[in-house]
Amino acid sequence: MTALLEVRNLSARVADTQILSNLSLSLPAGEVHAIMGPNGAGKSTLSHVLTGKPGYEVTGGEARLDDQDLLALEPEARASRGVFLSFQYPVEIPGVPALTFLRTALNAQKKARGEAEVSAPDFLKLVRAKAAGLKMDFDMLKRALNVGFSGGEKKRMEILQMAVLAPRLAILDETDSGLDIDALRIVAEGVNALRAPDRSMLVITHYQRLLDYIRPDRVHVLAGGRIVASGGPELALDLEREGYDRFVDLAA
Amino acid sequence: MPATSKTAAQVLELERYKHGFITDIDQDVAPRGLTEETVRFISAKKDEPDWMLAWRLEAFARWRALEEPNWARVDYPPIDYQDIHYYAAPRAGEGPKSLDEVDPELLATYAKLGIPLSEQAVLAGVEGAPRYAVDAVFDSVSVVTTFKAELAAVGVIFCPMSEAIREHGDLVRQYLGSVVPVSDNYFACLNSAVFSDGSFVYVPPGVRCPMELSTYFRINAEKSGQFERTLIIADRGSYVSYLEGCTAPMRDENQLHAAVVELVALDDAEIKYSTVQNWYPGDAEGRGGIYNFVTKRADCRGARSKVSWTQVETGSAVTWKYPSCVLRGDHSTGEFYSIAITNNRQQADTGTKMIHLGAHTRSRIISKGISAGRSSSTYRGLVSAHPKAKGARNFTQCDSLLIGPHAAAHTTPYVEARNSGAQFEHEATTTRLSEEQLFYARQRGLTQEEAVQLLVNGFVKDVLQELPMEFAVEAQKLVAISLEGSVG
Repeated sequence: MTALLEVRNLSARVADTQILSNLSLSLPAGEVHAIMGPNGAGKSTLSHVLTGKPGYEVTGGEARLDDQDLLALEPEARASRGVFLSFQYPVEIPGVPALTFLRTALNAQKKARGEAEVSAPDFLKLVRAKAAGLKMDFDMLKRALNVGFSGGEKKRMEILQMAVLAPRLAILDETDSGLDIDALRIVAEGVNALRAPDRSMLVITHYQRLLDYIRPDRVHVLAGGRIVASGGPELALDLEREGYDRFVDLAA
Repeated sequence: MPATSKTAAQVLELERYKHGFITDIDQDVAPRGLTEETVRFISAKKDEPDWMLAWRLEAFARWRALEEPNWARVDYPPIDYQDIHYYAAPRAGEGPKSLDEVDPELLATYAKLGIPLSEQAVLAGVEGAPRYAVDAVFDSVSVVTTFKAELAAVGVIFCPMSEAIREHGDLVRQYLGSVVPVSDNYFACLNSAVFSDGSFVYVPPGVRCPMELSTYFRINAEKSGQFERTLIIADRGSYVSYLEGCTAPMRDENQLHAAVVELVALDDAEIKYSTVQNWYPGDAEGRGGIYNFVTKRADCRGARSKVSWTQVETGSAVTWKYPSCVLRGDHSTGEFYSIAITNNRQQADTGTKMIHLGAHTRSRIISKGISAGRSSSTYRGLVSAHPKAKGARNFTQCDSLLIGPHAAAHTTPYVEARNSGAQFEHEATTTRLSEEQLFYARQRGLTQEEAVQLLVNGFVKDVLQELPMEFAVEAQKLVAISLEGSVG
């Protein structure tokens, strides 16, 4: 049986700089895997290549979601097949209320999947429930998306979008950056609530801290553009203690 | 008609400009060219009184002495003023007395445009839906005005300008040209000589006009100019909201549109004037399209009067217009909310003038320019406070959004304060539609075009919310259509 996400020998570059080299990764359905690594290892690039951000050139290898070629699809087609990225730096969208944005996104995905659009009352009911779970003030959702939001509010908004869009594969890129300990706990609880047998998560982080709250099934070390070591949750603790140096040497 | 079928084929091919159809109606046209005879012909067609003809002839004499201005940041080949039909009317004899007499083809045209000309149809509509009184102007003449009786019951006059000249001569004579003088500028002067129709509104003292008034302008005839004239008078303490919509068929030659709009607000009166301008913009290579050279000005003549201009400009090959307010009455207020979208090879030089003459006058300018393709958009504005305008205040915000690497945006604000008590604030931004925002939206499932629409609608939201609701919906759709294919 193939995993939900199967990455094989993936290589990618930006302009003339090779960033990913022969990266392989297998993420079974229902599991949460952490990707850890030093700055510049290619962690964010991996999230961008998987979601189809323009500006990256795939030079080799493949990525398959449910055994379907992911890399040939437009970003929006990947989204409607269930790929979600919680951005490291969520973008501000002036003049567009968060609710409007989210409803437009949900209906765009439903339309692409040939499902009926969600009605306004059903949508509001759904969002209210999810926002309450993340201890978010509902009035905040009437404001322009992320405009004037604090770092913690932006990250909560990402997780709220994830909860509403209910993806198959969630990629969380440095979701812990810029969060104080209370916000971190709330965000982590939100993520844990979304763990499900048919949903997989890729948690990208520089620090072990987040993994105290979101306990991964596997930990992978990304250095020099490829996975250089994999192990259980204890690997994260080793990294915290020993640093990345030994893995950077491995990659070289 | 080979020309028609050729154009019809083009319409099918391009489809982008959805109002680009031509209606095959027998036209009653003046021969091409402009002489004193043309002016007399138009006046005679309209059965006008002598004073009106004299007014026109004076304008014509002055126009001949004027030179076409060239200071705007727009570029177009010279216009041959002798190669234009200055009058084109659907041939319907004496003019329709009721909808039953209107040429069914004409009704079908307006139906295609989504404009309800039948009061029954409007009344039979959804309960609670807003009702609009509509004056439809087809080429040079007004073809039908709805809800006239209901408006007359409260004393509101809403009729074609040609009818107002005959039936309400005293009012027209008192106010026509009092805001935009005959020789104000080259195009206004030309309009004064040859205008054929337009709308006239008079709201009596203390009356709040019970419904939105709306005029739809459509240019249909080939090689014809449209020179409509609109005059709105809001008497003391009255209120009126007026909507103007414009479309034209696709043609591969350029057509001239030179309108004049005059608004007069007396003491405590308020006029809200909204425009959704969607004249044919020309094709992707810049062939064809309307030259939209329009003079719009409001006189806040009375104390505490208020005029608010809202415009959504998506059409025309070249747009050159500055809806302005002369703030003559003490404590009067002028507002200008504008969305100007240019794509492909369109050019727009638009903005406003706020002339503060009275004490404690206030004005507010919100301008949102969006340029895509190889288009160019210029905001040009003047805010001036004269010596007697003690305590005058203005707030101006000009934002430009660029889509793609080849579009241009310019901002040219002029400010003149001739007394030390005036307070002017000006904010301006120019941004490019960000790749980060586009990707963020696409990652959530929106297509590239949906993402552009959403971002642009966010950008123009401050202005859209100033439009009456039904127009706002129409404007939002127009924004989407105008920018199709602008990215990627």
